[in-house]
Amino acid sequence: MEQYMMNLTLKVWRQKNSADRGGFETYPVKNISSEMSFLEMIDVLNEELIIQGKDPIAFDHDCREGICGMCSMYINGRPHGPWQANTVCQLHMRAYQNGDTIVVEPWRANAFPVIKDLVVDRSAFDRIIQAGGYISVNTGNAVDANAVPVEKDKADAAFAAASCIGCGACVAACKNSSALLFVSAKVSHLALLPQGGPERKTRALNMVAQMDKEGFGSCTNTGACEAVCPKEISIENIARLNREYMMAGAASAK
Amino acid sequence: MKWSEMFTSSIGKKWVMALTGIFLILFLIIHVSLNACIWANDGGAMFNQGAHFMGSTVVPRILEIGLFLGFFIHIIQGLVLEFQNRSKRKKGYAVAMGNKGSKWYSRSMGLLGTLILFFLVIHISHFWFPNRSHQGFLLGEEINLYERMKEVFQTEWVVIVYVLGCISLAWHLVHGFESAFRTLGVSNKKYLAMFKALGIGFSVIVPLAFALMPVSFYLGWIK
Repeated sequence: MEQYMMNLTLKVWRQKNSADRGGFETYPVKNISSEMSFLEMIDVLNEELIIQGKDPIAFDHDCREGICGMCSMYINGRPHGPWQANTVCQLHMRAYQNGDTIVVEPWRANAFPVIKDLVVDRSAFDRIIQAGGYISVNTGNAVDANAVPVEKDKADAAFAAASCIGCGACVAACKNSSALLFVSAKVSHLALLPQGGPERKTRALNMVAQMDKEGFGSCTNTGACEAVCPKEISIENIARLNREYMMAGAASAK
Repeated sequence: MKWSEMFTSSIGKKWVMALTGIFLILFLIIHVSLNACIWANDGGAMFNQGAHFMGSTVVPRILEIGLFLGFFIHIIQGLVLEFQNRSKRKKGYAVAMGNKGSKWYSRSMGLLGTLILFFLVIHISHFWFPNRSHQGFLLGEEINLYERMKEVFQTEWVVIVYVLGCISLAWHLVHGFESAFRTLGVSNKKYLAMFKALGIGFSVIVPLAFALMPVSFYLGWIK
């Protein structure tokens, strides 16, 4: 595709801190190359803001390779922008035309409070992982990997679930701000493997309990999470978690 | 984990919705089958016989209490969940996501359910309530429900309300049928495809049959 230059209008959510009310600011951005990434375009704008002595736009980013799960922008009504199976850092400006207006908002959910501008606090996800998203490995010699046979289909499904990068787009897209796609991916990838067996029941119970405590909503199976997930995590995982959770709850003796 | 904790968790609440939803789907099968007897075109003889059995036999009348309980739990829980879920995002988006990724009816279960609830109030006040109060809410003599249908469905706006009620029910079922099975843990693609197809078939056939009942009386297809 031929490289081209464009001028754009950006409407960006600016908010000083979590206590600030915040609001949209409009910025014209000029001479943006179609080969830039969306974040590079924001970098260009921020450079200008710094030169003008203004506060640059705060946004989360880290690897810029689409694998870390840090970037989190809700662009023109869709988490991570218009492309399928994509993170904002991998969204390129060729998705836009000269003269376009782009509205950029942070993830919106009570469980993800805005820290500043487009940066939200996603530590709720860390606490959900701490509640059960792990396996216990006894000390001693490492067991030979091939000594534990894993069915191919299950290994594939576990790997697919494990590709969740915890960006929170599922929560941002869900009308109920439900984190069930994230939690179900984390539960599934361990529940499907023999190594996850010993804590299988407590994991489902504890992670869901923590999820509820963090203030996420419940799942209505609309599928919006799956549609925006940069790693295309399937909502089949949600059905699996629904089953895991109720079976674990029914089986518990307490 | 206590039962009370389990069924009040976010997943437990959805299980309650799914189980009562499937229970109500089963009720719809009974209801539509029995009512279809009006098309026997025998002046309501067959229909009234069925209605009489349901209204004057002890067992169906006891089961009716369970039915009301199912309706009650599904409605209350549904409303509670709708309001709870809406409160999870106090500050909304300036640009709505709309249909990018989900169907309108899957996001409108609360609204569609509320429309069905309004319809239900009208529907009960047309048939169930007058009949049961005539019976003294026990096993007394019933009114002629076929004649009652004929009379009620002579009014244009009533027929329109019933058809709109059936349309709301159809969209509610298109999502609800499949979603209930997902909630109950059906994650196998093969079965999900089956439940989806079954759900769409059910959502078209059953509400269509219901909607045709007032229409049949209004247009004089049955006498």
